[in-house]
Amino acid sequence: MPDRSFAPTRILIYLAVFLIAAAWLAPLVVVVLNSLRTNEEIAQGSMIGWPQHLSWSNYAAAWSGFCVAETCAGIRPYMLNSALVTIPATIFSTLLGAIAGYAVSLWRFRGDNWIYGIVTLGLFLPQQMRLLPWTIVLRDIGLINTLTGLVLIHTIQGLSFTTLFCRNYYVAIPHELIRAARIDGAGFFRIFWRIILPLSGPILIVTVIWQFTHIWNEFLYGVTFTTGQQQPVTAALIALSAAVADIPQHGVQSAAVIIAALPTLLIYLLGGKYFVRGLTAGAVK
Amino acid sequence: MSNAATMRPGRPALPEWVRRLPEYLTIWVPLLLSAAHLVSFSLWTIWISFTPSTLVPVAGWVGLRNYTAVTASRNWQIAFDNLLLFGSAFVLLSAATGLILAILLDQRIRGENVLRSIFLYPLAVSFVVTGTVWSWLLNPGLGIQKLVHDLGWTSFKFDWLIDRDMAIWTIVIAAIWQSCGFAMALFLAGLRSVDPDIIKAAQIDGAGPVRTYRRIILPSLWPITVTVVVIQLQFAISTFDLVRALTNGGPGIATQLPALVVYDLMFQRSLLGRGAAAAVLMLLILLAVLLPYAAWRYIQRRRGAHA
Repeated sequence: MPDRSFAPTRILIYLAVFLIAAAWLAPLVVVVLNSLRTNEEIAQGSMIGWPQHLSWSNYAAAWSGFCVAETCAGIRPYMLNSALVTIPATIFSTLLGAIAGYAVSLWRFRGDNWIYGIVTLGLFLPQQMRLLPWTIVLRDIGLINTLTGLVLIHTIQGLSFTTLFCRNYYVAIPHELIRAARIDGAGFFRIFWRIILPLSGPILIVTVIWQFTHIWNEFLYGVTFTTGQQQPVTAALIALSAAVADIPQHGVQSAAVIIAALPTLLIYLLGGKYFVRGLTAGAVK
Repeated sequence: MSNAATMRPGRPALPEWVRRLPEYLTIWVPLLLSAAHLVSFSLWTIWISFTPSTLVPVAGWVGLRNYTAVTASRNWQIAFDNLLLFGSAFVLLSAATGLILAILLDQRIRGENVLRSIFLYPLAVSFVVTGTVWSWLLNPGLGIQKLVHDLGWTSFKFDWLIDRDMAIWTIVIAAIWQSCGFAMALFLAGLRSVDPDIIKAAQIDGAGPVRTYRRIILPSLWPITVTVVVIQLQFAISTFDLVRALTNGGPGIATQLPALVVYDLMFQRSLLGRGAAAAVLMLLILLAVLLPYAAWRYIQRRRGAHA
């Protein structure tokens, strides 16, 4: 409605939107600016301020310098841990979820509705109900305090989401396509490989982004099942805050926060459309 | 074609089920692992909540003693009150902010894509990062209050983070910042799916924009509103990381929430029975939200099928 009489209203609308957007960006801007200020400069003023001169040394210190619990290797080993958990768990859970989603939506087998119903209950079951059993299972199979243990947990638990995403996508594929392929003698795997997978591009991107973001950002399992050098970066950030509580190093801490948030922020920037699709797909469960 | 292989001489025909074994295994193993862990883990945690387990799980039956011990503890009572306050304040304010943002963005404004990304980017960040950053901004000696003092207004006070009565609101603020973009995305999708002909008809009838929103567009959004509220409540009930990073339950235990109580009982005090009982209580709170929602969805769907 770009009508003249609406001009004042439109100015108000723009003003409101831009003010709220500024407020939403402010925390990010504040942390980025702090990561470029020295600890002393922050200590003299507040955490909200313009750098007097840009100092990149915080990033070097955050990446490989500062000490958590008597190990002075910065955030790098924990970033590596997070990557070593997130990447395999994302791949496994997406692949298995795609096959399971294909099986329950197009292949059909006895008991498919039942098992699918139970698996999707995993979307709702609080993590707290699984903490003790996972502790015991991981201890029994010797995977407590290992990255492999976290990969196992995230793969199995991620199946609830990935199966749901893929199943809801695959039900729209016409059954005649599958029937025709079966008459031609194609089996379960060949149909998946030749027909389903080539059609799966968008849903696989949505699922991968969703899984990567969730697993990278996960904290409770990381802090419960790993300690010290095995922790993912979310748990390490909390440990860092606790370790420097007496003599805060806000510049370095800000740089560490930025580094830890960077992988998922980059994925969001690159795949924003698919990120939002995942959000809304998860909502209509 | 398919039995060409079995016809080949010198090669015994494999039974159907053996030939299809890889297929069965691929279908069933992941699904069964997922379903079995969900069912058995839940049942096991429920069972432990009725046993006298402390440091290690033990058999035995103590009835509801763990439950009464948890609900009688000050820690749980504060956590539960906090959950009621945090849950309702966060859900209402977040849905309201999300709706306002969606309506504003729906006015065919320039730069909508950029603005939408700005409101959504916090969802890509972990609660640990959100909590840490807001703990700096809201810290009276470091953040907003310090900034305003440095600017000259020295009587300005914004110290909710260290105020026992107000600290829970800092979690509300951070949670809204993090997730109201989600409400906005759903509402915006809903606004965009309103039939443009109906809107046009209302405008021809002389309804102004405010009236069109109030009478036609907003009423059509309420199924989405229910979904938004339920999902945000589910998040509120299981909130853990955000509080750990922002207040760690403090000052004192002023911002305690059920998920923190569970963790504390299980892994810091090693009272497994009570920890399990608190986890089951969390599940019950969640069911109190989800079961009515499921029933509502079921009725809606049946109505849709009949219509």
